[in-house]
Amino acid sequence: MTTTILFTVVSLSVLGLLLALVLYLVAQKFKVEEDPRIDDVEAILPGANCGGCGYAGCRAFAEGCVKADSLDALYCPVGGNDTMKNVASYLGMEVAEKAPQVAVVRCNGNCDSRPKTNHYDGYSSCAVMASLYAGDTACSFGCLGQGDCVVVCNFDAIKMDPRTGLPEVDQDKCTACGACVKACPKFIIELRNKGPKNRRIFVSCINKDKGGVARKACAVACIGCFKCQKVCPFDAITMSNNLAYIDYNKCKLCRKCVTECPTHAIWEVNFPVRVPKKEEEPVVEQ
Amino acid sequence: MSRTFSIGGIHPHDHKISVNASIEDFPLMDMAYISVSQHLGAPAEPVVAKGDTVKVGQLIAKASGFISANIHSSVSGTVTAVEPMPDISGNLIPHIVIKVEGDVWDESIDRSPKIVKEIKASSKEIIDIIAKSGIVGLGGAAFPTHIKLSPPPGKKAEYLLINGAECEPYLTSDYRVMLEYPEQMLIGTKIMMMALGVEKAYIGIEENKPKALKLLKKIASKSYKEIKVVSLKKRYPQGGEKQLIDAIIHRQVPSMGLPIDVGVVVQNVGTALAVYEAVQKNKPLFDGIVTVTGGCMTEQRNFRLRVGTNFERIMYAIGGFPKDAVKLISGGPMMGKAISRMDAATVKSTSALLLLTDEETRRGEEGNCIRCAKCVEACPMGLEPYLLNRLARAGRIDDLETNLIQDCIECGCCFYSCPSNIPLLDTIRLAKGQVLRIIRSRPKK
Repeated sequence: MTTTILFTVVSLSVLGLLLALVLYLVAQKFKVEEDPRIDDVEAILPGANCGGCGYAGCRAFAEGCVKADSLDALYCPVGGNDTMKNVASYLGMEVAEKAPQVAVVRCNGNCDSRPKTNHYDGYSSCAVMASLYAGDTACSFGCLGQGDCVVVCNFDAIKMDPRTGLPEVDQDKCTACGACVKACPKFIIELRNKGPKNRRIFVSCINKDKGGVARKACAVACIGCFKCQKVCPFDAITMSNNLAYIDYNKCKLCRKCVTECPTHAIWEVNFPVRVPKKEEEPVVEQ
Repeated sequence: MSRTFSIGGIHPHDHKISVNASIEDFPLMDMAYISVSQHLGAPAEPVVAKGDTVKVGQLIAKASGFISANIHSSVSGTVTAVEPMPDISGNLIPHIVIKVEGDVWDESIDRSPKIVKEIKASSKEIIDIIAKSGIVGLGGAAFPTHIKLSPPPGKKAEYLLINGAECEPYLTSDYRVMLEYPEQMLIGTKIMMMALGVEKAYIGIEENKPKALKLLKKIASKSYKEIKVVSLKKRYPQGGEKQLIDAIIHRQVPSMGLPIDVGVVVQNVGTALAVYEAVQKNKPLFDGIVTVTGGCMTEQRNFRLRVGTNFERIMYAIGGFPKDAVKLISGGPMMGKAISRMDAATVKSTSALLLLTDEETRRGEEGNCIRCAKCVEACPMGLEPYLLNRLARAGRIDDLETNLIQDCIECGCCFYSCPSNIPLLDTIRLAKGQVLRIIRSRPKK
């Protein structure tokens, strides 16, 4: 009895040691040399694996950072400048600061200003709907409201507003990873600079139809009247295909175009409410 | 013995309630809105401008590019505008707007009812006339007919198949053509046989049209011996090119292939009539037979409708929009397109206008896939729709290609047969478009 147990223990131990030796030798022979810095850089990164940087995930981005000669072309939109600074100081490189960005929905045709002309009862997906027809309103450029952007957002930063039927971006949660920009079949969402004190001005419309057609379809459409371009003192507004576009790098947030726009298609965000002079303290718009 | 295709297919109720309504000429409209993009391929180039007067049958837009077709005026009057207007999907497409004044036809068009039997034109002339007359396939896809009738070098057609299956529920326009213009249609078939240089043609007709079968068999056996009329079992999608070829001559078109790869050219009954009118009567394609039907309508109609009639005008002609109708479909219920704009106008390939009630069109609530494989059984192309749906939702483009999504004919059998109401066709069609774009963008070997 004892000999059987002894024999079993000894033979199995010898076998185990032998196999361990084989494993050790094989591991030595086929060792993959990996830069240990990759692990460290990955630890610095946020770990969202969103793909906003253009790489397959955080590890791939870390590998890219370690291999790159300069960090100029690399940017983690989720971590932002702080993360990139940490990565740069770890790797002993320099990094230029980038202006933080945020996703902006360039359609403000809500249920009142852009009435429905037909009822869509198909599969609830913007991509499917856009492949079938121009949309359930007379505007063939505007938001379809099925929420593909909401589905792809990894950060819970975009939600459909049931009152307007349009997506709304939570600027604090949005990391500007660009997933919604890619998901929108109508190319409505754009990444724009967050701006000083989160203040920004943009044209909330992408309708390229002629003024009359656009106005008929939607009361708050850009009608391509050139008024904003004329009033802009900084040359920030360009007109093409009956549509105004504000260059966020040139815009100095003077708000002249906002008051000039006859259809209120130009939006100002996070500015204090304009009040007639000699009245109470300005209230910050929510 | 009736024939049919070998795999898949479904049996929807045929609802052919407008079978007995004979074809009537649609009253002349006040305004015609003629789209320059009524066919597959490049849009035609307008050759008229605002203020020009046009006659019925006059060329108003010229084909541009290899796959394109001429467009002729369907009315006489003054061109009031050439401007972008919404089509049935709401997309803006240039339209030629004509204010109708009288009904003056081009002098060269033979308007007499006499049937011209003798074919004078040679094979090359026929194709030229068909190209000049802007004839497109009236089965639905609107592919320019002259291109189909000139096979690429190295390929030879052996058979011409005429699709009289009309497998879509509700539609009766092809049936009425076969009943009211049988001789003309057979001459049209003969003209296309001459153009292709083939010896034999088949006309496939489903069993639920016994009158048309009997009539065409009688005429064909008497004076058109080279055309054989074949009875087909009632089954959807028998009118699909690949299914029709399988049903009639038992040949399988290879994946990503065309019917000409197996020596066949398929044309529709309506196209045969249009070819007859173009070659024998010199009349370009500017009108078509359109079924206006629906359970909620008191009277079912089959109209001979000119291209560019807007849907509001059609509603007016049938006595107003029926109270119960909630959905309008251009084409059949399986493959037709819902009309999103009433101010849009008909095109050459419009074959029906369907008015459906809420009850008839309601989509069931989507459930989970219960892996019953009914969609696999129904797919006439032998695909696995449940799998394609899952891969499409996951965005796995490469796997979709290896599972042959590009062979999907978008017939909707999978969606129809799904007990869980999963919108299989919606997701598959979207992914198919993406896969085809990738395949086409690859460098050619």
